[in-house]
Amino acid sequence: MTGLSSKPSYLRVAGIAKSFGDVAALKDVSLSVNEGEFVCFLGPSGCGKTTLLRVIAGLEPQDAGRIERGGRDISSLPAAQRDFGIVFQSYALFPNLTVAGNVAYGLSRRGLGRAGIAARVDELLDMVGLPGIGGRYPAQLSGGQQQRVALVRALAPAPGLLLLDEPLSALDARVRVRLRQQIKALQRRLGVTTIMVTHDQEEALTLADRIAVMNHGAIEQAGTPLEIYRRPASRFVADFVGVMNVLDATADGGTARVGARTLRLSDGTAQSGPVHLCIRPEDIVVRGVGAATVNAVSARIETLEFTGPFFRATLRLDGGDATLVADLSANDVSDLTLAAGQPITVVLPPDRLRLYPRET
Amino acid sequence: MSAVAAAPARRSLDREAWIARAAIAALALALIVTVALPLYALLSRGLESKAGAFVGFANYAAYFATPGVGRAVVNSLVIALASTVVTVSVAFVFAYGLTRSRMPYKGVLKAVALAPLLAPSLLPGIALVYLFGKQGLLKSLMFGQEIYGPIGILLGEAFYCFPAAILILTTALSLSDQRLHDAAVSLGASRWRIFRTVTLPGARYGLISACFVVFTLAITDFGVPKVIGGWYDVLAIDVYKRVVGQQDFQKGAVVSALLLLPAVLAFTADSFVRRRQVALLSARSVAFMPRPERMRDGLLFVFCAVVALAILIVLLTAAGASFVKFWPYNLELWLGHYDFDNKDGGGWRAYYNSIEMALWTAACGTAIVFLGAYLSEKSNRFAAGRMAIRLLAVVPMAVPGLVLGLAYIFFFNDPANPLSVLYRTMAILVISTIVHFYTVAHLTAVTALKQMDPEFEAAGASLGVPWYTTFRRVTVPVAMPAILDISIYLFVSAMTTVSAVVFLYAPDTALASIAVLNMDDAGDIAPAAAMAMMIVYTSAAVRLLHWLGTRGLARRSQAWRGR
Repeated sequence: MTGLSSKPSYLRVAGIAKSFGDVAALKDVSLSVNEGEFVCFLGPSGCGKTTLLRVIAGLEPQDAGRIERGGRDISSLPAAQRDFGIVFQSYALFPNLTVAGNVAYGLSRRGLGRAGIAARVDELLDMVGLPGIGGRYPAQLSGGQQQRVALVRALAPAPGLLLLDEPLSALDARVRVRLRQQIKALQRRLGVTTIMVTHDQEEALTLADRIAVMNHGAIEQAGTPLEIYRRPASRFVADFVGVMNVLDATADGGTARVGARTLRLSDGTAQSGPVHLCIRPEDIVVRGVGAATVNAVSARIETLEFTGPFFRATLRLDGGDATLVADLSANDVSDLTLAAGQPITVVLPPDRLRLYPRET
Repeated sequence: MSAVAAAPARRSLDREAWIARAAIAALALALIVTVALPLYALLSRGLESKAGAFVGFANYAAYFATPGVGRAVVNSLVIALASTVVTVSVAFVFAYGLTRSRMPYKGVLKAVALAPLLAPSLLPGIALVYLFGKQGLLKSLMFGQEIYGPIGILLGEAFYCFPAAILILTTALSLSDQRLHDAAVSLGASRWRIFRTVTLPGARYGLISACFVVFTLAITDFGVPKVIGGWYDVLAIDVYKRVVGQQDFQKGAVVSALLLLPAVLAFTADSFVRRRQVALLSARSVAFMPRPERMRDGLLFVFCAVVALAILIVLLTAAGASFVKFWPYNLELWLGHYDFDNKDGGGWRAYYNSIEMALWTAACGTAIVFLGAYLSEKSNRFAAGRMAIRLLAVVPMAVPGLVLGLAYIFFFNDPANPLSVLYRTMAILVISTIVHFYTVAHLTAVTALKQMDPEFEAAGASLGVPWYTTFRRVTVPVAMPAILDISIYLFVSAMTTVSAVVFLYAPDTALASIAVLNMDDAGDIAPAAAMAMMIVYTSAAVRLLHWLGTRGLARRSQAWRGR
């Protein structure tokens, strides 16, 4: 460590590589995690996020690379010595042990004594709002309760690092949102450094202090949820996180040509050549648009779908076959009396346009 | 965590890893010594002269030049094929009735169908002699044909192989997706068309598998032809005669290698077929529920009842003959046939030996098999050792008992082998029996282990608990039903087996099944039937205890299974 950052990185992985046969699951992955931080590995299935988690946990040996924790090299330490708690996708609760037996499983060698263990188990179960269920078996619990028991079992020995492998994916949507908040609150309260693997972008955006978006065994971008959403570093990240309109365009310094139209780009853009021009549906502006507004584009509303919180419009740009998806508020739609088939002028604000190189 | 606190943890962890490695190494070594080396000894002996010089395939050439050998080969093939056709066809209809109809008394019928598992293969031979022999009750049904010979062997093998076929076929037929049937019905397919396009393809792999297993059992079985084969020579008898009668070990090795051939072929084909069966039933399939249909259910019930009756008649004949003075002329109740101590063959001592051997086999075998399956499936240390366990565990399936027994003679009776102290002891009987039945037990354990959450070990390790603690506290309790199944399977198999141990027993370690063989040989057929029935009673009692025990266990220690 250079000692320059105020918070030293708690966990550092560098140059991790791992393949299964001919398939490279991880290619030269490097990342550091600060103490107390909540980091999400986000990516589609098969991107290597779970493998990276298992490598960090010591459950899967890496082919190359180094893992450091608090400055100490733990690359070759076996799982049991890495001081982490892990919650598996399946929870892996021991079905023949009671809830109390499960939670106490990692406590027996800590010299707490029988009473000490019982007290710690009760305290932990209270903490996640499950008092008094210690005598039950996992099969007698609901999915959400099992999930919390697994969480508490992992936290029982007070590990320095909590690893969560898609912990919410087996639950239905409503329970998932509630438990999401509970996990976040618990993590804040205990201040335990946490890494969670998920393929659910909403989960990652709401929970994480920092997200590492992974694809094909590599980290495409690591940053705060806002950075990831607002300034995706690659076409893949732009597509994977949130909804994104992609137009084929040709950039030339500060402008980009889409069909016959020329759009202004934000100041300082110097890219040239074929690009994907991207904009999020909610960044397309329909109010206060005049013919002279910068980047005003005329189009026709092809479809208008009511989704609940907003309307999703498909716009066909005049004089071309490009279409855009725009999210319009209910107020926009009623104030401007918008309807399918109607012509409309929209603005694509320069500072919301993102460019990614395009292979031709 | 400070360095001071970390040091002892490190040491215990290293110890944990070394215990795993040592256990894997020990098991792999045990399997090499008890499976690989004896087989090597057998195969190499077939290529040596009596003096021990390498002679290539000269023994094989000499063997095939022996008059009558061609006939034994042909006879074996004919009998095995006929047994396969008869057994698998009858078993298919029976299994169809059990799985695809709403006929009454399914539980009883299935229990009777599996009852032959409790008896040594000598028993059907003895019972058939009583039924169709020179003084047989039903001799008139033979229309002047002799029961001693191919007909007797065929009937005996059908009885002996029936449970194996039933087990495979009921499994295959119960793996059926209701949705496919509903789709076929809704498309207006006739019943015959549904059977042809849905039922048969679904059970295809099971049928193939059943054919291979029955063929192998029938061609390598020794008990039935020994008792009822008469002049009809088959390969399995030939091995026995050459080794026990003529002490010609080279030729014995040659015949053994020949017997190994169909078994290995069947085993290879079967494992190939099994691999293709996996995806038949997806997690979203809906289990097939037959609807009542009077005509079909009635016909199937009649068929199954007749088959079950035939099986019961065989068992009851042996039991009846053992309890009366002189079947069928003097039907006065008499226990004299159970006075084994005044007969050749080992007396009651043989029976107690069998119990002792079966208990050792069940206890040691279950522990070794389950630990081996656990380490090979769940450990991540010493990959080469785990691979060796996995490979050697499935080899015994392809090795007929006679071949195994002979291989053990070659390997353990070699004075140069330090393990030759085991020869002619109880230990070698236990070892050979565990090895003989290793594969089925191993596969049962593997299936149970694969059904467990693969993260149990990782969860235990992440909580800092050594693998053997998680093994003891979680894996073993969760797998307890499978462990009990394995121990019962090993116990009953040890009680009934004849083929491997017939080469390995000593006068003071004679077994019940061998006493049956020897008493039958000496013409004491009624005492042989009595001893065979002792085996049946014991196996049945143990099965019953197991059934009651698992029900009790299920209620107490497996309480977590239910909601």
